[in-house]
Amino acid sequence: MDLGSQEKIKKLADEHDRDKLLVVLGAPDAEAAEIAAETIVFGDPTYAGALAEAQLGLDVYHVLEDEIQSEVPDDVWEDQVGVMADTLEAEDLAEAVRNMRTKEGNEED
Amino acid sequence: MRELLEGKKVVALGERDGVPGPAIEACVEAAGGDVVLSATECFV
Repeated sequence: MDLGSQEKIKKLADEHDRDKLLVVLGAPDAEAAEIAAETIVFGDPTYAGALAEAQLGLDVYHVLEDEIQSEVPDDVWEDQVGVMADTLEAEDLAEAVRNMRTKEGNEED
Repeated sequence: MRELLEGKKVVALGERDGVPGPAIEACVEAAGGDVVLSATECFV
């Protein structure tokens, strides 16, 4: 994840109630989505940015996940995402990000 | 059922080769979320 984005996200996590803060990703492939989700939940795995070892534990979703799409009006979805939803591997992306959410939930137990 | 996004503060972290930030932002706001950060990353 871009180092500037990491700094901004860390600042937002400090400013806002983390239960009300959520990240929605638009990564193009499962590997990128997994790394971004891991950074959000567990910290920057490369230890390069402000989120190194931050373990924010924020909720993170990919925009192509059903949980997100189901809340967006159909006309907006078609205008904004439509073509990319057909082009990208939505299931792989969803699984990559969902796995990070599940892993985070397990580690809280 | 609108629960996940409505009333939430959302970071829209898009990517140039995937779904860009402004598109995510438009979707989130249409669903009742409040976008506090929107970015489109580009990895070369």
